[in-house]
Amino acid sequence: MIVALAFYVFAAILLLSACMVITARNPVHSVLFLILAFINAAALFVLAGAEFLAMVLVIVYVGAVAVLFLFVVMMLDVDFAALREGFQRYAPLGLLIGFILMVEIGAVAVGWTVTPAAHLASQVPMPADMSNTAALGDLIYTRYMFAFELVALLLLVAMIGAIVLTHSGERRSRRQDISAQHQRPIDETLTMVKLGIGKGARQMTQSAPASQETIR
Amino acid sequence: MEAGFFSSDLGILVITLLRALALLVPLLIGVAYLTYAERKVLAAMQLRKGPNVVGPFGLWQPFADAIKMLFKETVIPDGASRLLFLFAPMITFGLAIIAWAVIPVNNHWAIANINVGLLYLFAISSLGVYGVIIAGWASNSKFAFLGAMRSAAQMVSYEVSIGLVILSVLVCVGSLNLNDIVVAQRHIWFAIPLLPMFVIFFISGLAETNRAPFDLPEGESEIVAGFFVEYSAMSFALFFLGEYANMILMSGMTTIFFLGGWLSPIPLAPFTWVPGPIWFLLKVMLCLFVFLWVRATLPRFRYDQLMQLGWKVFLPLSLCWLVITASALEIFGWLPHA
Repeated sequence: MIVALAFYVFAAILLLSACMVITARNPVHSVLFLILAFINAAALFVLAGAEFLAMVLVIVYVGAVAVLFLFVVMMLDVDFAALREGFQRYAPLGLLIGFILMVEIGAVAVGWTVTPAAHLASQVPMPADMSNTAALGDLIYTRYMFAFELVALLLLVAMIGAIVLTHSGERRSRRQDISAQHQRPIDETLTMVKLGIGKGARQMTQSAPASQETIR
Repeated sequence: MEAGFFSSDLGILVITLLRALALLVPLLIGVAYLTYAERKVLAAMQLRKGPNVVGPFGLWQPFADAIKMLFKETVIPDGASRLLFLFAPMITFGLAIIAWAVIPVNNHWAIANINVGLLYLFAISSLGVYGVIIAGWASNSKFAFLGAMRSAAQMVSYEVSIGLVILSVLVCVGSLNLNDIVVAQRHIWFAIPLLPMFVIFFISGLAETNRAPFDLPEGESEIVAGFFVEYSAMSFALFFLGEYANMILMSGMTTIFFLGGWLSPIPLAPFTWVPGPIWFLLKVMLCLFVFLWVRATLPRFRYDQLMQLGWKVFLPLSLCWLVITASALEIFGWLPHA
């Protein structure tokens, strides 16, 4: 009973927050509703017994992707008046595209037939003696190793692409080079000066370099 | 009749609530007295007396502070997003509390002994950044926003190294269950074979909880008080308590991953007589003392130094050590479930 109740609560919040993502006026609120939707989806995963997927959803999407998303959206200086300017003009086109997409999805969904034996052939049965985390690991690192490494490679390429796009080559900012600082000898940085009466350090070093002592 | 009630849905709910209460009350008292301990320890290290007026040795000071905070006015700045502004401190404090659901203080003494406890902790600690970002944005203030941006970058960066450190613990245990992680340390605590990882985890924990020397999101000398400049009264107090609750949580995680949880340091008679929760408490207190000690000792990092440490030192080091750990386990045949 509690499980069913929990399911309906999470599912309702999930759908509601998904609607709010596209209807909220403020983009920051949209992102926050998206995060709420992610968390509820994770809760549904837990109810379905897929606790590993639930945690990974929270860690990857909520903990990392959405943070950067929120970060970018907050820093954007969006002019909402300018955004709504062409709304009347482009609304028919948008509605047309939306309608076509809906019809297509409907056509696919209606024409979809699944042979009853399909799930037996495609799925790997859940081993009884393992938690689903171990079972997933067992599968990903053996049967789907190639696909897994391909995905990793794809992410690596995307990362390198992002670095290349933003790296300008020349060093414009002043950075600290710690090893260079450590390798600097003392006599480059420090001079000991014996001050005469009534004279400043600068006068002493200029007029009488002989009295200047360097420390080693 | 009784047994029937306690195994019904409602009975399980009641028992879980009672357990949560049994954990929460000591935890909240611990948070209150950690603020007192911090002031006393800092005072002792700076040759001062610290709070000593309210009650014997100033012991009622936390309660006096709490009452003061409760009776102050909550000021909501002009142009702030009201709901989010009030919601942000609740997120920070709430997250620090709900993570305790999976922490075992003794063998099988956790509110929820789940299979993916370690991932749950990691997920909760990765959500911690939201309280700060939302607070910074909702305040509608430049200083608060600067603090929020800093902390978002800082917490995301140090999470990467925390994740890799946790992975190397995971490789040694072969289970994501926190109870199994502690039991796996009955011969040797992971702090000894994984010493570099232990140090990295602790330092990353300092950065993750925004504590000195990584308290740049606050940075009172440059950005006034960072993300919570605009906060007052109880919403400020929630941020303040959230920081301390997070410190206790980080210490608890350090204890479970590296210091053998509730296990006694030497498995011999006089030590094993002491019950497990006491050992757990002592180890957590040791970690907390180091948190305070570090704050009294070290000056604040500069922002570029912080990023450099996270990405150029900790990330390669922890990645490297993960490979070394895995190779060593494979070569010597110590892999769990091999």
